[in-house]
Amino acid sequence: MTSAPSRPSAAATPGTASAAATAQPARPKPAPPSGTPIRVTGAQSLVRSLEAVGVEIVFGIPGGTILPAYDPLLDSTKLRHVLVRHEQGAGHAATGYAQATGKVGVCMATSGPGATNLVTPIADANMDSVPLVAITGQQTRALIGTDAFQEADICGITLPITKHNFLVTDPIDIPRTIAEAFHLAKTGRPGPVLVDIPKDVLQETTSFSWPPELRLPGYRPTTRPHGKQVREAAKLICAAKRPVLYVGGGVIKAHASPELLELAELTGIPVVTTLMARGAFPDSHQQHLGMPGMHGTVPAVGAMQRADLLVALGARFDDRVTGQLSSFAPDAAIVHADIDPAEISKNRRADVPIVGDCKEIIVELIAAVRAERAAGTADLTPWWTTLNAWRETFPLGYEWPEDGTLSPQYVIERLGRIAGPDAIYTAGVGQHQMWAAQHIRYEKPMSWLNSGGLGTMGYAVPAAMGAKFGKPDSVVWAIDGDGCFQMTNQELATCAIEGAPIKVAVINNGNLGMVRQWQNLFYAERYSQTDLGTHKHRIPDFTLLAEALGCAGLRCETREEVDAVIHRAMEINDRPVVIDFVVGKDAQVWPMVAAGTGNDQIMAARGIRPLFDEE
Amino acid sequence: MSKHTLSVLVENKPGVLARVAGLFSRRGFNIESLAVGPTEHPDVSRMTIVVAVEELPLEQVTKQLNKLVNVIKIVELEPAIAVRRELLLVKVRADATVRSQVLETVQLFRAKVVDVSPEALTIEATGTADKIEALLRMLEPYGVREMVQSGMVAIGRGPRSITATAGR
Repeated sequence: MTSAPSRPSAAATPGTASAAATAQPARPKPAPPSGTPIRVTGAQSLVRSLEAVGVEIVFGIPGGTILPAYDPLLDSTKLRHVLVRHEQGAGHAATGYAQATGKVGVCMATSGPGATNLVTPIADANMDSVPLVAITGQQTRALIGTDAFQEADICGITLPITKHNFLVTDPIDIPRTIAEAFHLAKTGRPGPVLVDIPKDVLQETTSFSWPPELRLPGYRPTTRPHGKQVREAAKLICAAKRPVLYVGGGVIKAHASPELLELAELTGIPVVTTLMARGAFPDSHQQHLGMPGMHGTVPAVGAMQRADLLVALGARFDDRVTGQLSSFAPDAAIVHADIDPAEISKNRRADVPIVGDCKEIIVELIAAVRAERAAGTADLTPWWTTLNAWRETFPLGYEWPEDGTLSPQYVIERLGRIAGPDAIYTAGVGQHQMWAAQHIRYEKPMSWLNSGGLGTMGYAVPAAMGAKFGKPDSVVWAIDGDGCFQMTNQELATCAIEGAPIKVAVINNGNLGMVRQWQNLFYAERYSQTDLGTHKHRIPDFTLLAEALGCAGLRCETREEVDAVIHRAMEINDRPVVIDFVVGKDAQVWPMVAAGTGNDQIMAARGIRPLFDEE
Repeated sequence: MSKHTLSVLVENKPGVLARVAGLFSRRGFNIESLAVGPTEHPDVSRMTIVVAVEELPLEQVTKQLNKLVNVIKIVELEPAIAVRRELLLVKVRADATVRSQVLETVQLFRAKVVDVSPEALTIEATGTADKIEALLRMLEPYGVREMVQSGMVAIGRGPRSITATAGR
């Protein structure tokens, strides 16, 4: 292990997260918002509204049109603003905060490029149903539509990637719009909401009163499940011989993990947790078969393929889970429970659709199953015999690289063991993400944050920053690739200065690893544009980069150093830490279902097709 | 593929048409015809959308439309229980030699002449898509100089109102 020389960090004094939480100077609190209107500017109305809905932290960058909002922000004792280095970082930080806490994440940017830099994190939050409110400045009303400086039609641009968006044209509407934005973001199927506010609307004098009356006549999410459907599902659950609980991210969003555990233990049904649901059900539980899908475990994928009943809870039959849809779970009846009616029967026809909040659904399912079980249940012993045989023959594993280089899977596995189930883990996108989903044992919901739907490289560092601000007492690890890390690492400067001592494990294989894996498997080993030179040239030197950004920079290149360097990183809490794990470039993610093929073709390792060969 | 007529009640707000149209295009649903106009409630507009899809995708269209925050209500109007109309304005070449024949066709279809000049007649017709099509077929031989057609609008038969509860 080579530890780069340490020097006083900018974060050392205002530094640690706990200090950050308590170090707010005791300023006189402004009068609480009351029902009687008071005269304020639009900007003051915005800040008061954000305070009133309970916002604690805003990630953002000021600029021309949003400037008026930043003035009253300076006086707010309830709102903390974190000045990020790039608006994409603000968006992902808000997402990480939301994913780790269950609260609504808030980001703020100016018009034009500030707003368009938020597009990626907004799309990301939309795909992963993250409650996010983005506030953007806009050119003054008279200039809208004239191609004015820093003008972009951000409402038009984000139309297909938000749950809803607003252009505020009258300052009197600010409190109601903010209240509606937060209501939309966090209720029903959560999602991102953008509020675009012209500069002159922020500057104008208006009146503020709270609480405003919401006007959303077209928005009525269904949360209570239909009793008849629940009883129908309970019947199928008790009669099924080869059932599987297919658990998606909706279970985490609904805070339904305890109920899920009860349902699983009541029925004895095996559980699979999707990429978005890792942690919804403890990995240590005997009934847990692991993650399904393209890089899922053989038992999880096999169980779904051979099932006679899939009970989908807050999952959406994504193509990365189903593989080729026509050959997915061919014998299974489908119970599909989701808060979003449009997800039900979108990809796979549901036999029993249940629309509602996952927590309420599972609670009612438990009662219905209890009643139904009086009439007897199917014997699951033969099913478990099959599943346990798969578990024994095809456990998750990996081989050490033949060239003697460090195994990335080993690094991630050790990291998970040492940091433990109380830590929060974020990942970028690619091989390291899949290994982190596979080889870390998650025991708790909201401990695994990643970009599942959009697959956004660069998510890990800013999301970890947001998670750390939301959960300052938790250890937060960003597991990143060398490709991803080079997209958003500038937020480490934010972490160092604003007091978010996150830990970053750069799984540095010198390449865009997942793309390289596909080139190895499907493009005749022709490695086009995947070598980043991070091995060959050591550019950038990640330890020096870390030091430059006010972090501790560590490096690890051998198996013997792994535990020690992780322990060393766990001891550094006054600033962020970056470990450059130099790992082999040829390690691959297995098992794998090649894109476009059926899940029966799952390969436990190269050329080994357990389900296909058993026929 | 079968055609379905959807009556969509939406909040009368800027950008709502873009939200609906954008939804159709990004989810790959084809709009055959679209008409938008006010209702008896000032806060509510009504869109009549004709889509050509099978049963299952239709369910997706409806569910996705329902997810738009500004969409208040969606009703499918089956042909048998709804009155459906389109409007056609067509400019037909009609000099003195053929004018009386063209006028005969106009009468036959209970259409109206709304403008006249020495070389051409402008005809207004309302009716179902079939009737409009038949009229156009009859007029074509004379020479259609210009035409414009509205999207279909439709309303359910009988005393019930789908907007009764929409205006709040």
